[in-house]
Amino acid sequence: MAEERERKYRQRRQGRPSDIKRTISELWSYLKSYPGHMITMVVTVCVSALTNVASSYFFKPIINDYVVPFIGKDNVDLSKFAAMLGFMASIYAAGVVSTYLTRRVMSHMTTGVLASLRETIFDHLQDMPISYYDGKTHGEIMTYITSDVDTMRMLISQTMPMVINTLISIVGIIVVMLRLDWRLSIINIGILILVVFVSVSLTKLSRKYFSQMQFLVSQLHGFIEETFTGQKVVKAYQHEDAVTEEFTGIVDDLYNIDIRTGFLGGLMMPINMNLSYIAYVVTAVVGALLCINGTQDVGTIASFLLYARQISGPVSRMSQQFNYVMMSLAGAERVFTLIDSPSEPDEGDVVMVNAEIAEDGTIKEADHRTGIWAWKDPQNGNALTRVMGDVRFDNVTFSYVEGKVVLDGVSFYAKPGQKIAFVGSTGAGKTTITNLINRFYDIQGGSITYDGFDIKRIKKDSLRSSIGMVLQDTNLFSGTVMENIRYGRLDATDEECIAAAKLANADSFITRLPQGYQTVLEANGSNLSQGQRQLLNISRAAVASPPVLVLDEATSSIDTRTEHLIEAGMDEIMKGRTVFTIAHRLSTVRGSNAIMVIEHGKIIERGSHDELVALKGRYYQLYTGTLELE
Amino acid sequence: MRRLLRYVGEYRKYAIIAMVLVAMEVVFDVAIPMVMSNIIDIGINGAAGPDPGYCIKMGAVMLGMSTVAMFCGILSSKVASQAGAGYVRNLRNVMFNKIQDFSFKNIDHFTVPSLITRLTMDMRQMRMAFMTVTRMLVRSPMQLIFSFVMVAKINLKLASVFAVALPILSVGLYLIFKTAHPRFQEMMTRTDDLNAATEENLIGIRVVKTFVRGEFEKQKFSRANNAVRDNMRKAEKIVNLNEPFFSTVMYCCMIAVSWFGGKSIIRGELSVGEFMSYISYIRMVLFSLLMISSSLMQIVFADTSVGRLNAILDEKIDITDTDADPELVLEDASIRFENVDFKYSAEAEENALTDINIDIKPGQVVGILGPTGAGKTSLISLIPRLYDVTDGKVIVGGHDVRDYKMDNLRKDVAVVLQKNLLFTGTIEENILWGDPNATHEEVVEAAKCAQADDFIMSFPDGYETKIEQSGVNVSGGQQQRLCIARALIKKPKIVIMDDSTSAVDTDTDRRIRMALKEKLAGMTTIIIAQRVASVMEADQILMMENGRIVAHGTHEELLKTSEAYRDLYESQTQGVQA
Repeated sequence: MAEERERKYRQRRQGRPSDIKRTISELWSYLKSYPGHMITMVVTVCVSALTNVASSYFFKPIINDYVVPFIGKDNVDLSKFAAMLGFMASIYAAGVVSTYLTRRVMSHMTTGVLASLRETIFDHLQDMPISYYDGKTHGEIMTYITSDVDTMRMLISQTMPMVINTLISIVGIIVVMLRLDWRLSIINIGILILVVFVSVSLTKLSRKYFSQMQFLVSQLHGFIEETFTGQKVVKAYQHEDAVTEEFTGIVDDLYNIDIRTGFLGGLMMPINMNLSYIAYVVTAVVGALLCINGTQDVGTIASFLLYARQISGPVSRMSQQFNYVMMSLAGAERVFTLIDSPSEPDEGDVVMVNAEIAEDGTIKEADHRTGIWAWKDPQNGNALTRVMGDVRFDNVTFSYVEGKVVLDGVSFYAKPGQKIAFVGSTGAGKTTITNLINRFYDIQGGSITYDGFDIKRIKKDSLRSSIGMVLQDTNLFSGTVMENIRYGRLDATDEECIAAAKLANADSFITRLPQGYQTVLEANGSNLSQGQRQLLNISRAAVASPPVLVLDEATSSIDTRTEHLIEAGMDEIMKGRTVFTIAHRLSTVRGSNAIMVIEHGKIIERGSHDELVALKGRYYQLYTGTLELE
Repeated sequence: MRRLLRYVGEYRKYAIIAMVLVAMEVVFDVAIPMVMSNIIDIGINGAAGPDPGYCIKMGAVMLGMSTVAMFCGILSSKVASQAGAGYVRNLRNVMFNKIQDFSFKNIDHFTVPSLITRLTMDMRQMRMAFMTVTRMLVRSPMQLIFSFVMVAKINLKLASVFAVALPILSVGLYLIFKTAHPRFQEMMTRTDDLNAATEENLIGIRVVKTFVRGEFEKQKFSRANNAVRDNMRKAEKIVNLNEPFFSTVMYCCMIAVSWFGGKSIIRGELSVGEFMSYISYIRMVLFSLLMISSSLMQIVFADTSVGRLNAILDEKIDITDTDADPELVLEDASIRFENVDFKYSAEAEENALTDINIDIKPGQVVGILGPTGAGKTSLISLIPRLYDVTDGKVIVGGHDVRDYKMDNLRKDVAVVLQKNLLFTGTIEENILWGDPNATHEEVVEAAKCAQADDFIMSFPDGYETKIEQSGVNVSGGQQQRLCIARALIKKPKIVIMDDSTSAVDTDTDRRIRMALKEKLAGMTTIIIAQRVASVMEADQILMMENGRIVAHGTHEELLKTSEAYRDLYESQTQGVQA
């Protein structure tokens, strides 16, 4: 069990980026849209780094020129000293203002970039083919928008200014130091090199543990996700101890790694701090000796002592961030890989338009909803042909995964207004057929035509708008009942929505809800029963009122008596439309013009209910278990 | 936060040692600038003239101090990481165990996705905050105190600069903190909304695509996303003041100290060396204050998460078996409901079940029919005590279910839940879930009984076939059969199937029922079904509606007495007799 999960999470959650250059250039393309912010940031960061360097320098003139010469004297003129401090204050003020501006600009830019990244991801997800969603949990996809984008926050808002700041500070300090005293500079630069060396090697050392930790954490999260999803099963089977044992195992591994990463992470500060103290001490002692032999003055030493403490700070701060930077880059890489993956192909050019039929029978495009639609074919001089709902499968072959044939040479036709039903055992390929009609997947062989057009020629949005689907999984959205019904057609009036709900027999339960049609549904309508959700689903399709309707186990959770009640409404909804029905229940499919019995991806029997019963084949077998028993 | 800290447990001593070590490190660190001032005041400007020997001696002392400080730092890092990692381990285990003890009601209360977020995302937040806080919140206050002591020792008058600066800084940081807090909370609520909406979209992606609502959804997302961004900006606007404000105060202090310090030196009240160490201390004092404030900010960030974790620990487990007799086991496979009323929560207006009376003899097969929401699942959930009755009694195997240890009861009562799940692992491992000690032969037997052996053997790896997360690589009907096999391998006295064959075709469904009857005679079987065919040969059939039993009897009896049953039966079989 463990290896299986391990394999999965290793694939999914690589802690290390593999192509840093590409990731950074992708990221750059987002930053580029904030040129003003970027320039301001670079300028302000430079200013604040330089003021920081300058702030320590002032102590040399203060001590040497304004304080020491006057020691023990009375009535000293302090105006120059005051002016000096005033100058210092203005430099400091510049520093403070630039720090604030850096923050302000970066915060504005980062939140903006992250928001547009989230939006790009979301928009792209809407355009991804359905096959992308197969076999992925939504939690898995969510991490792109949540944690992956979030780890980039620090990368953008802190790392960039920090790198600039560190470089400017170090260069600035070294330049000033060299001007003050080259002998003391050599000591300090030597120690700086040591600090860099220690930081780099500690980071390298901890990186191994860090990515191990990352890996274990994702493994742990995967385990939690799976176990909690099945928590009720765990309890019903008293499997609590077994899962707890496995959980403790992962937690223990994580503990051992945590100790090491924590230790290595915690080492950097005391070691580098000590190195900076050594620089401080050596500067103090050597400086003192230089003062004694008269080649240096106390003011210079004062400034130097401050620089000695200042110089190692940025290096250790930067190296402490290194692991997190790597982590964010890995997150960024996942995000960009997703954004760059191809969207659903949509090469069709035939579109569906509202149409009017003139008295002489010619079709004209209409600018409002007429309830009549026409196909508009640009390859044929924008000729209009009425949307009828004639769907034909000709020798269709399809497999989700190469080599595993799901549909094998399926041919059938549905003439406008006909009701076609698919029956067969689970996994026979019924739902697959409906997924092909609206082009959730592309077929490998044969052809599917819709009113004579190959469905590949029809623009996807048009194709799907023309087909109303009521799926077995009832997905509702947060919002009122009314809004959920209106999802079928955004411009439907309240009256039209209510009329649709009445057709689907949903009106009676809706009016009994606390706020009727304005009742707010909780996440995915969890405050409704499965059957009620299906009734809402049907209302949604009814308000859309498309030329073709697909009912995939649309009434499976509605009890037979209620199904009886909505029969009349369903007949009304189906009237004049081509309808494809998938159902387990005989009562649901009985009235169809033709019933296709599908087994192992092939149509093995076809005919009307009576014909199939008379045939005494598979259909008879499937639906007469009851009689045989008697 | 404090409440969560009690789980430090056996790592408390590490935490204390770490704190002591940090204190030592800070003391030595803070003392160094003091010694340095001696070098300047005695070594260079001393009354007895320059003294290079003294300088070198003091240098050695400082090096020694700094080395000791470093070792204290390294050791404390080692001990602290042990304490930190241990604490997080304890907390994770405590949380996980608590959730394992949750009853179904408790799980319903939190919902599964929310439990997952709490144990992953919130735990991560909490851990990050804990790491920073322990590192900073111990070190910084100590540094603050010690350097303040030093400052006061060198020159009390000059220290009055801090007496002005510290309150201003504290009040300022507090105000920033105070204003930012609600804004961050607001932002987090918005983020939660955004995530919920996104998740909903992803779950319903097929609906979105079939209704061609991509653009609509994009606009919806864009609005929520912009709200998050704007709230984030609003919150950060305040936090952005943190550092500039801090720098302003620090720089003001430096200028004030330079001015007053300079004058004091001129008057001979302060030495140059002291002045220089003073400047070092300004940074230390104010930096530690900044660290404290940013740690507090981290706590604010983690506050919501901590609250959400505490809610788990605070949850009262509503079903316990502490008073049950550990020896008590089921005497037989009988089930009796006596005047049972049940609601899912005390606040619920309507009963899920009302006035239920049933008497099931050992070995009987019982079918339950009824529309969705009639209370079928609620009724069977009371048998293995997944929920407790509100009123009345459920007697299983001769005793009230509340008298058994949960393990003893559930060992003999197997439920195939409506929403059953498989777990990552092989098919064999999944079936063994029911009874980890079963042999391979028993696994095969259970699978045969559930009509699963045929399709399992059709896989290239047979029983070693890997099931991926939530069983995406097996069809719905196959999953259901594996779940039945998992229940049967327990060799339970009572087996309950809650619409467990809905995705299985009629033929296979019948074969499963036949197998149960033949091989597991003596086992009481309860079947909830949509199809009359699935239950018509049962010993008793219960028709439920609105939480009540509306008809009760055998197939033949019900055909005569219940119109509802007759309707149902006819609607499902009508026309086939032809």
